Amino acid sequence: MAGSQIPGFSGHGGDPASALYRTRTRRSAGAQAIKGLLAAAAVRGGGGAAALLSVLTTTGIVITLASEAVNFFQVVGLADFFFDTDWAPLAGGDSQAFGVVPLIWSTLYLTGIGLIVAVPLGLGVGIYLAEYASPRVRRILKPLIEILAGIPTIVFGYFALTFFTPTVLKDIFSVDVSVFNGLSAGIILGILVLPTIASVSEDSLSAVPQSLREGAFGLGAAKRQVVTRVVFPAALSGVVAALVLGASRAVGETVVILVAAGNTPNLTFDLTVAHQNMAAFIANTARADVSQGGVAYLTIFAVGTTLFVMTLLLNLVAIRFVRKYRQVYE
Amino acid sequence: MSERKREGEGLEQAAGLDMGTRLEERDERAGADAETVDEAIFSLSGVGVTYSGAQAVEDVSFGLATNEITAFIGPSGCGKSTLIRCLNRMNDLIPGAEVEGEVLYHDQDLYDPKIDPVQVRKRIGMVFQKPNPFPKSIYDNIAFGPKVLGVKDDMDETVERALRRASLWDEVKDRLKSNAFGMSGGQQQRLCIARALAVSPDVILMDEPCSALDPISTGRIEDLMLELKQSYSIVIVTHNMHQAARVSDRTAFFTVDLRAGESQRVGKLVEFAPTEQIFTSPRDRRTEEYVTGKFG
Repeated sequence: MAGSQIPGFSGHGGDPASALYRTRTRRSAGAQAIKGLLAAAAVRGGGGAAALLSVLTTTGIVITLASEAVNFFQVVGLADFFFDTDWAPLAGGDSQAFGVVPLIWSTLYLTGIGLIVAVPLGLGVGIYLAEYASPRVRRILKPLIEILAGIPTIVFGYFALTFFTPTVLKDIFSVDVSVFNGLSAGIILGILVLPTIASVSEDSLSAVPQSLREGAFGLGAAKRQVVTRVVFPAALSGVVAALVLGASRAVGETVVILVAAGNTPNLTFDLTVAHQNMAAFIANTARADVSQGGVAYLTIFAVGTTLFVMTLLLNLVAIRFVRKYRQVYE
Repeated sequence: MSERKREGEGLEQAAGLDMGTRLEERDERAGADAETVDEAIFSLSGVGVTYSGAQAVEDVSFGLATNEITAFIGPSGCGKSTLIRCLNRMNDLIPGAEVEGEVLYHDQDLYDPKIDPVQVRKRIGMVFQKPNPFPKSIYDNIAFGPKVLGVKDDMDETVERALRRASLWDEVKDRLKSNAFGMSGGQQQRLCIARALAVSPDVILMDEPCSALDPISTGRIEDLMLELKQSYSIVIVTHNMHQAARVSDRTAFFTVDLRAGESQRVGKLVEFAPTEQIFTSPRDRRTEEYVTGKFG
């Protein structure tokens, strides 16, 4: 009889107890409605609290960064920071210099190298998966690529340092690079962001309605023309979002650069020597022996603020672009 | 192919359908010779389509005439859309779809391995159920076809001519550069017709072109079809019997056979005749029931 205890399992007539069950059911339905309302309120409240928490965290980060950066700029002039080309904040005496240009340069330069690798490969993989691969191949390949996106970046860093630089670059291609160099770090940075670009662009290409492809095929367009002239332009906003996501990851990447590119700021086109980007500088300095509140310590926040503003601008531009070209399909 | 056919008949027997009457009807139709037309642009014999092995359309044989409007009518699931997509090899795009039998276009087998489906679709244009303009400007929508085909003519002229033919020019001439998505549904569908006309096809296939449109837009598209048949052969799939009666010269009526306990639905051609005959004196009882609204 355990089953009949459960509200809602009321008997089918005949049974004198069934009336009782129905009443109980109705009453519990009322109680459930109240519970439902409470649950809805709880979800709404909880969701609101979570949203508030994330806003507060962001605000906190911005305030911390900005206030310490303000302290920094009371010691070092804005012009010195943004236009001086020497970066040696940890050096003593006269050789101490606070020109952030080499860090910004290496950040953008290595991101560029990474994107040169990742954009054609990532878009190629995305287009292949969305338009050419058979459903079976796609079912196998897409998760594999997403696994690649989940590999910790430290693994990529040591892969670059202990395999890619000595074996691939030096032994196979006989490139005369130093142990820490920008080339290896930049290329591996590209491999690191490739899955992001491939996966996000594949999603946006696959979201283009089949009716557009059929329309183009129906006009006598060949497969290649359908892909390049209809599907790709129709998915452009998503593809750009993929590229910006990839670029943001590369700009903010720390460990690969820290491990494989060395820790020497270098304002040069030469990729065979060490480079240091902004994030790697922050990580390196944060664990270095600097006194809290000192100017060397404050550089962390000045560089952090600059990096923050750079990524913010990148994302704002991307959002504008995506809004402008976004196509809503029914 | 003949083996496939026999398999199909085996299925019929297995399902215990009235083979006797069906064979009789078939003989009758063959005797009347209604399926053949003079100046056939398409001639189908024993055409069937399977989706991943499941029969969707079976054993369709008839001919479609040049510079006429041929309508395919019938209840949902009778395979009329599937069949129209055989005529320009659109079914190639559906994974698992296979076409059996013979589809002749000007006496050329469209499913000959030497045939390039891209070339087929250049000659045999298509307009779809839902308007599907590209997310580009009105001008670029029309120019797309000629561009991918490498036509070197003056593009402005080509665009204007196509839009005039689709009687859309006066409505859009001042906003050729604006996005096609800003047009009304009826205008979008006429844009899709203009887009098909811009590549100068020989045949235009229309798969329920008015099903998403209001009566006024539908009327405009029907007028347009009557105008276009002077220069093109048109095949239209329609759910709307009145539309078939209004615009078409000949009508093919299809029906659905339920097989294997209703789990399999197979489309078959019941009757193909001049439209007037289909609507006034159909030879088959099922056609009569459908056009008089007793079924379907």
